[in-house]
Amino acid sequence: MSARLARRDHRAAWFFLLPVIAAMLVVAVWPLGRTFFFAFTDAYLDDPSVYTMVGLANFLEVFNDPSWWLAVRNTLVFTVISVSIETVLGLAIALLINDAIPGRGLARAAILVPWAIPVVVATKIWEWMLNDQFGVINKVLIELGLIDHGVAWTASGSLIMGVVIFIDVWMTTPFMVLLILAGLQMLSHEIFEAAAVDGIPAWKRFWSITLPMLRPAIGVAVLFRSLDALRMFDLSYVLAGSNEKVMTVSIYARDRLISFQELGVGSAASTWVFLLVALVAIILIGALRLDKAAGH
Amino acid sequence: MASVSMESVSKNFGTHKVIQDVNLAIKDGEFVVFVGPSGCGKSTLLRIVAGLISASSGTVRIGGDDVTDVPAAKRGVAFVFQSYALYPHMTVARNIGFALETMGIKRDAIARKVETVARMLKVDHLLQRRPRELSGGQRQRVAIGRALVRQPDIFLFDEPLSNLDADLRMEMRMEIARLHEDLRTTMIYVTHDQSEAMTLADRIVVLNHGRVEQIGTPSELYHRPDNRFVAGFIGSPRMNFLPVKAGADDRGEGVLGPGGLWLPRVANLAAPAEIGVRPEALRILPAGTGRFDCVLERVEDLGHEHFAYCRIAGGPIWVIRLAASPEQSLIGKAVALSFEDHSIFFFAADGERIAVPSDKTDARRAIR
Repeated sequence: MSARLARRDHRAAWFFLLPVIAAMLVVAVWPLGRTFFFAFTDAYLDDPSVYTMVGLANFLEVFNDPSWWLAVRNTLVFTVISVSIETVLGLAIALLINDAIPGRGLARAAILVPWAIPVVVATKIWEWMLNDQFGVINKVLIELGLIDHGVAWTASGSLIMGVVIFIDVWMTTPFMVLLILAGLQMLSHEIFEAAAVDGIPAWKRFWSITLPMLRPAIGVAVLFRSLDALRMFDLSYVLAGSNEKVMTVSIYARDRLISFQELGVGSAASTWVFLLVALVAIILIGALRLDKAAGH
Repeated sequence: MASVSMESVSKNFGTHKVIQDVNLAIKDGEFVVFVGPSGCGKSTLLRIVAGLISASSGTVRIGGDDVTDVPAAKRGVAFVFQSYALYPHMTVARNIGFALETMGIKRDAIARKVETVARMLKVDHLLQRRPRELSGGQRQRVAIGRALVRQPDIFLFDEPLSNLDADLRMEMRMEIARLHEDLRTTMIYVTHDQSEAMTLADRIVVLNHGRVEQIGTPSELYHRPDNRFVAGFIGSPRMNFLPVKAGADDRGEGVLGPGGLWLPRVANLAAPAEIGVRPEALRILPAGTGRFDCVLERVEDLGHEHFAYCRIAGGPIWVIRLAASPEQSLIGKAVALSFEDHSIFFFAADGERIAVPSDKTDARRAIR
């Protein structure tokens, strides 16, 4: 290609990229830049135009706040447990509906329903079903004779984290199933025929062939879900407001920013959330070797 | 080592009949090729032998034992796939030795066996590579190595060379032939390429629409095809066909066809609906001096041979295979085609070939 042609191609490329760049500037770079900027100020939300620069003070305040560390702990516990359960369940269900069982099409469609329901709606439904007096769950358990009076699922401090994890597993396992199923269907059928002819037992087929070949798909699914879980807000907030037992880092940032009107500290907390998510993403990508897993 | 036999084997997928009442017997040590157009059921039939697909009805025997309900792993067969089906995350060495790991063989014994097989197939310098780092030919060698290391009673090949380019295909074909010569193990080989079938097979099974059209040696299929399908499928370029009918003109009672074709009718035999002549049996003569006239439309020069294409008025285009190119000035002009009586194949309306007395000499030639 001649130099002139190459230059013209270059100009055309920039021309096509322009709308995207403009949109990114407006919806991503500008607000993110503002947040980052306010993190270094003592501004309040009612009048952000009045501020003085305070350096790293806001970051240190969040860092030294026990509530922040409680939120970090809650977020990590929630992420690790829920994503683990979702991965195992997702893999199991994907393997199940990948085989040609009767009614497979229906099962595939039905499994997506929980994921299609908005988080707030699903949380409200579960909140009602788990209600200590009127909830259907307690009624069933009492009638089965397993308990003699209703359990306060969402009020009791020791149970509420379990409930949040349970609802999240219920809602997002379909997403896991979908991603892993897509990975399963990419696998060559002939490889499994080869293993069958070679007399490889089922368990070894699973551990030595299916699982290693699914690693990229599972890795991507775990990464997506983990990043999603780390910034979880709606589920905890709808179910328990600002209950410290299930307060996530996003809720902490929101409280500082909206409830306490501290634009500076809230922005600093948001920046910490960003750093936390970025750190976990880097660790996960490294640990799952996703950067190398693409090639077969 | 083992024989294979199938007794009225059929396979349906839903209402779709993929395999219909197949009977065949493969002798111990024989190299048999299943050949047919795509969708004829040849791969399905091979998978039924392997046990990867179960037959809807009928019996499959290996070494005389009924294996119809025996799983693939216990049939003593090895399968080489068109896509190679190598485990992408394992090294070449582990790919070859993987099946032995579950057989309770010691690690160093596996390594020795893998080494031996790899040397045999000239992939011993690649043992630590992964499949994606190999060329297509090397991958297929590894896939064959994986089959070889298990010392199976029967080798099954499912279009193993279809993904390779022409040069490599030739080389691997020789390799597989040599392997059969060395091992004398029963081999069943599936291909859609009739020339691969002709060059490799002791016997060929021609399949079409899930039915066996004919079973025979390459020479038998070429010289004495049972029907129009086999006649057209075996041989390249394919046999020329011409619709004919019994009738009479000024040359007397006979078989008439387009372009003024007149053939003497063979007594006591059904009237043919079609005749076939192979391209290599045809000669070009000046117009009006041969069996019938046609227009020479095009000549292809392949160096060592030439293909001439002639359009028959009111009929199809015939291909003529010639050693020397016909004169260029003849292109676009009328010429005549000539052929010997014994090179004509007669087909009835249902496609069956009508045997004529001259077949006997063909048969003798085929046996010699």
